[in-house]
Amino acid sequence: MSTTIFQARKIITMNPSRPLATHVAVRDGRVLGVGALDELGGWGPCTLDQRFADKVLMPGLVEGHSHLMEGAFWRFVYCGFFDRSDPNGRLWPGAKSLDEVIRRLSDAQAALSDPAAPVAGWGFDPIYFDNRRCVREDLDRVSATRPVGMIHASGHIINANSAALAAIGWLRSGIDHPGVPLGSDGLPTGELKGPEAMGAVAKVLGMDRAVLAGDEGALRLFSRLCVRAGVTTATDLASPLPSEAVPMLLAVTAQDRFPTRIVPLLRLTGSPAEAVERAVALQRQSTDRLRLGRIKMVADGSIQGFSARLRWPGYYNGAPNGLWYMAPEQMQQAMTLALQRGVQIHTHTNGDEATEAVLDGMEAALRAAPTPDHRFTLQHCQLADAAQFRRMKALGLCVNLFANHHFYWGDEHHRLTVGPERATRMNACATALASGVPFAIHSDAPITPLGPLFTAWCAVHRLTASNRVLGEHERIGVADALRAITLGAAYTLKLDGEIGSIECGKRADFCVLDEDPLAVPSMALRDLPVWGVVQDGRVFAAAELPTE
Amino acid sequence: MSAPIPVTIVGGYLGAGKTTLVNHLLRQRGERRIAVLVNDFGELAIDADLIESRDGTLLQLAGGCVCCSFGSDLMAALQRIRELQPAPDHILLECSGVALPGAVARTLTLLKGLALDAVLVLADSETLRERAADRYVGELLKQQLREADLIALNKLDLAAPGDAQALPRWLAEAAPRARVLPCRHAQLPPALALGLGLGKTHVERERTAATPLALAGAGHGGALFTSLSLEFEHAVDTARLAAALAAPGLGLLRAKGLMRGTDGLPCSLQLVGARCVVAPSAHARPRQGRLVGIGLQGCFDAADLRAALRASSVA
Repeated sequence: MSTTIFQARKIITMNPSRPLATHVAVRDGRVLGVGALDELGGWGPCTLDQRFADKVLMPGLVEGHSHLMEGAFWRFVYCGFFDRSDPNGRLWPGAKSLDEVIRRLSDAQAALSDPAAPVAGWGFDPIYFDNRRCVREDLDRVSATRPVGMIHASGHIINANSAALAAIGWLRSGIDHPGVPLGSDGLPTGELKGPEAMGAVAKVLGMDRAVLAGDEGALRLFSRLCVRAGVTTATDLASPLPSEAVPMLLAVTAQDRFPTRIVPLLRLTGSPAEAVERAVALQRQSTDRLRLGRIKMVADGSIQGFSARLRWPGYYNGAPNGLWYMAPEQMQQAMTLALQRGVQIHTHTNGDEATEAVLDGMEAALRAAPTPDHRFTLQHCQLADAAQFRRMKALGLCVNLFANHHFYWGDEHHRLTVGPERATRMNACATALASGVPFAIHSDAPITPLGPLFTAWCAVHRLTASNRVLGEHERIGVADALRAITLGAAYTLKLDGEIGSIECGKRADFCVLDEDPLAVPSMALRDLPVWGVVQDGRVFAAAELPTE
Repeated sequence: MSAPIPVTIVGGYLGAGKTTLVNHLLRQRGERRIAVLVNDFGELAIDADLIESRDGTLLQLAGGCVCCSFGSDLMAALQRIRELQPAPDHILLECSGVALPGAVARTLTLLKGLALDAVLVLADSETLRERAADRYVGELLKQQLREADLIALNKLDLAAPGDAQALPRWLAEAAPRARVLPCRHAQLPPALALGLGLGKTHVERERTAATPLALAGAGHGGALFTSLSLEFEHAVDTARLAAALAAPGLGLLRAKGLMRGTDGLPCSLQLVGARCVVAPSAHARPRQGRLVGIGLQGCFDAADLRAALRASSVA
């Protein structure tokens, strides 16, 4: 039972009773006390650890909406437009043209010895190339013989070359599917949209669902990204959690040097009753570093993909309304059952009609099964208006807003999807705050990079990629943004009694920074260097992570 | 390569009777070995007495039938069914309540060896108009109906008085392309739900409207169906025949034929609702042309079918 006291330049505790300190005592992976050194001496013999004497400690950051897929993707070639760091800390510069993307894939193919091996990329986003579509002939330049393809940043489209299409028998006429556009020759152009169109090619590229859902290797890569981003608890939102995956997750997260607490949510795809019972059973398998037993539902699609359900007047460009991924009455049924069985549900809504349906369903579910402090959470909830935030408050819902979205797609929302006015209210952090709705902000990694400090920067400035301030009145202050990426996210997971602040009794989870996020100019939040983390009292320096 | 497996898409909103229909067809399968695809096994996907064993995501059913759940990966499930040995005779694909059956039908073109038989959408007579006005799912439900070849207007026994007449009129406006079959307890005859056969056992000599076929499963349905089977020597202008058969006034629900076209080569004809597909046939040159059709008694007049065939004949 040893005690270590970490000395820091500054400790931002997020505990309102004692917001700042210089020392934190840790025993058995938990916080024994916070304060000045002389206040901690009464706990008995201890070791003073001064390695953070010139560092700033924050509560370990909590990513309330990410996917293990972020780890899996780094096995493939990064083809994104923006600079992005891999699990080894190597910075991949953004590919600024289609030619650059092709060059990168060509370099990867030149390094392969097996002539049949596929080349696969990820993170591609043609909206930054004036929407010049990539076609199979482009990727044929990488290789005419081996399968080549890349998945878009949205995760909803794959571009494939001729060899990849031939490998699945699709280089033929007679295909008639909205997800498979055809060229003037009657053959697929190589752009494959949606799960049905993507599935077979993804398999050929080594990107099939099982791989992307996150195996052991992906989990380890993901955890390294977490350390580099200062994250000590991260969600996997969501996973089918096949029964064989659970023992793997339990074993890997239990290892001495595994640095992250993982919170996988079970994706509800079929019968609500079965999913709720499965979640109840999973709760009993939870450990400190693997928190099981929550459910994720998906109400609609995405706004930039025009598959989100919008209320009147719908899409700015006149696109038809999006899709229901679950019937509103089924969501209501699931929420009722889950309330009765003490299972928490997080529901993906993007469009405001999807949000409205969940609010209606929740109201009915609460009438059937009145439950205090359920903390059901709306995930993304990008287009909610002020009245909907007031209903969230009244119904006891939390919200996790997609702050990063403004930067990456804000210009598209302004120009094309919802128009200037509604774009300014998207991901309305200030309204959440004013309405008293408990809220978090997230990356949805790998859709955007894992990095809560960047996410906080997005919520503080609401700048788009073209440097437009999108919704100046929905900006929030740095302190509020930092709370959203710690206690705020912990609250949505009902873990705020254990993590999210540095105070006696809580997990010794710290984000270790070289600089003080409350003192630097707020523009600097975006690139604030992260030294590493302390997780359950164990120190993980980003620079000393194993690499491969 | 063997003939493609016909796939019937069973769509419709929650509670319309999709599962009841699937179970009914499994009981009325005759000699057919049916593979059923369901979104998930749920509590009541397949009647327990039809299930022989379960192997993960595949259920072995009575009579060599199987049932597979597809969850979020329809393509993988279709692929798996297509690779079954022996191949099933027919695939019944039960959509989720919020799926658009037309989109599911187009997915079939991504896989070789499968052919769309029909998009069959069930509608719950009792709640149809109320649901169609629902702020969240009203448009979805109407789109599902618009994408149907055949709409089974189910639970007519539970509908309000007068709705037996009013609902078909409402549907004719909401889903003008679809043909409507009234039924109760989703008891559709297999010949309508799964299609007609042209094999020896199925071919009847000509019947007239006055002698309705006693179709298996029609007993509880309320509606009576008339079928007609014609054999003929002449070649056929198939484009003209297809257009005539698909005309709504004829009242045909399904038809199937094998005949010589104007070029003398054999071709097959398949009609479901307003959709008629004519394709070159791999069959040996038929000595006799054959055409079998089925429609609602009272709507479909055998004389009209005979007249349509006569008008399309080529010397």
